Amino acid sequence: MASQEIETLAAALARLPGLGPRSARRAVLYLVKRRENALPALLEALEGVRDTLVECDICGNVDTRNPCGVCSDPRRDARSICVVEDVADLWALDRARLFTGTYHVLGGKLSALDGVRPEDLSIAELLERVGGGGVDEIVLAMNATLEGQTTAHYIAERLEDLPVRVTQLAHGLPVGGELDYLDEGTLAQALRARRPLG
Amino acid sequence: MTLDRISLETFRNHAATSLEGTGRFNLLVGENGAGKTNILEALSLLAPGRGLRRAALADMAGQDGAGGFGIGASLVPADASGPAAEPVRLGTFTQAAQPGRRHVRIDGSASSAVALGEWLSVGWLTPAMDRLFADSAGARRRYMDRLAVAIDPGHAAHAARFSAALRERNRLLSAERAPEAAWLDGIEAQLARHGALLTEGRARLVAGLTEALAEAPAEPFARPALSHRAGGPLGEKDLLTALHEERAKARRAGRTLTGPHRDELDVVFAAKNVAAAQCSTGEQKAMLIAMTLAHGRLAQQGRASILLLDEVAAHLDPLRRGALFERLAEGSAQIWMTGTEMAAFEAILPQASVWRIAEGRAIPV
Ligand SMILES: Nc1ncnc2c1ncn2[C@@H]1O[C@H](COP(=O)(O)OP(=O)(O)OP(=O)(O)O)[C@@H](O)[C@H]1O
Ligand SMILES: [Mg+2]
Ligand SMILES: [Zn+2]
Repeated sequence: MASQEIETLAAALARLPGLGPRSARRAVLYLVKRRENALPALLEALEGVRDTLVECDICGNVDTRNPCGVCSDPRRDARSICVVEDVADLWALDRARLFTGTYHVLGGKLSALDGVRPEDLSIAELLERVGGGGVDEIVLAMNATLEGQTTAHYIAERLEDLPVRVTQLAHGLPVGGELDYLDEGTLAQALRARRPLG
Repeated sequence: MTLDRISLETFRNHAATSLEGTGRFNLLVGENGAGKTNILEALSLLAPGRGLRRAALADMAGQDGAGGFGIGASLVPADASGPAAEPVRLGTFTQAAQPGRRHVRIDGSASSAVALGEWLSVGWLTPAMDRLFADSAGARRRYMDRLAVAIDPGHAAHAARFSAALRERNRLLSAERAPEAAWLDGIEAQLARHGALLTEGRARLVAGLTEALAEAPAEPFARPALSHRAGGPLGEKDLLTALHEERAKARRAGRTLTGPHRDELDVVFAAKNVAAAQCSTGEQKAMLIAMTLAHGRLAQQGRASILLLDEVAAHLDPLRRGALFERLAEGSAQIWMTGTEMAAFEAILPQASVWRIAEGRAIPV
């Protein structure tokens, strides 16, 4: 593979999670062989996503429309909001339709050492959503890490004076566990057994 | 149960060393730098944790190897004819591609380091521990935690969580901007939860050691009196209150002032009522031996128990050396001892398996 363009493509693919230089080369080879069909189709799909990808104004989810598919789904219960750290956690929980309410993506977790402060997360937006009324339950689905649990505690305290029930994912979760890596059975169990914050 | 059929592959200066025909007493004799302590370190990795040097895994791979090491051993039941007569094969290894990641195999299946603790309790006493009483309080807290983890693996999680929370709180306290109260609340909730359990685990350890020490004869090893001095209030609720109340003061100091990070392990030579740090070298060693033996008994919990004693005989007078061998013989742990000279072990040579260690090789004697 001499061409600079092909090398650049292989290098970009190699950075994708789950891939590496070897798999990237195989993928490039595949695309080069199918330059008549597969390559244009992939290009079109990528462009489509690039041109329409937006962050949902309501929940922070990333989708191709705003409000996102979750927020605009009439079958979902908007009275119940599940708060997650990242979009990856939202997708993990939503994969198997475990949760029938809507979500709120914080965009990270509090960390004094990493310099992530409350105003760096979409906590004010969450309080605004709840303050606007029509919300009965907040489910805190932070990861079981130290920072995740600190963030959950912080948000619960900020919600204290608002008329909502605050619950937390049950701790069947492994210590240091990240939601994104949990299987659906474990997630379902954690959601079913959610409990009021102690 | 005892360890036998031990193998070391590209582990430090051992390219391929195997030890077979072990017994209750196992002696490794050889010159300085021969590779005796390295064998004890390898055995210490058959338990959860970082081993007796607390070294990085990458440093353990033999310099002349391909990077990565392997350690294996069979756990052989005492009654080779009983229903559970099959030995259990324990193994741990690293690979060149990921020299910092430790793998564990139990009977050929992939397992975790924690699972090793189901089978084996490993205790040790090394010359590096001779400084324990003169060292910083932090070194004694680490000592308590290592001993507590050997009894209750859950202790490690609380120690890790507590120190992570402590770093977060100290960062907030020392920041230029005044920390937000709700954020401190969140961190303090975790500090209190894990801190209370951490202190409790240490207190339980010291109480257990005290009991085990009381059962042992007071002579000829100086009997130490241990006490755990908590660096903050006991119990989650009181610790949480104390953290809340110290905020203004802690903010001025720029760090957390109360809590288990201020715990101390006080050790006193009971008969003389002298602080351990003020005792003679030999007396300190005797107290360490007494504590190591007491912990060995406390930590056994129905598991196979092995005790790694690096150069213990060298610093003891003949009377105490004899007493040590006697006490070890009374217990049930498998004993591994190192020394530079065979003479120090004369009294137990008839009951011992002996290897001469030289240049990373073991030759049975
Ligand atoms: N990763 C490594 N690869 C190769 N050799 C190593 C490695 N790490 C340590 N060594 C060497 O192993 C040798 C033996 O060390 P060890 O501590 O086991 O000696 P010892 O027999 O206990 O000696 P002493 O009686 O002085 O305590 C040392 O010379 C050391 O340099
Ligand atoms: Mg040595
Ligand atoms: Zn949305």
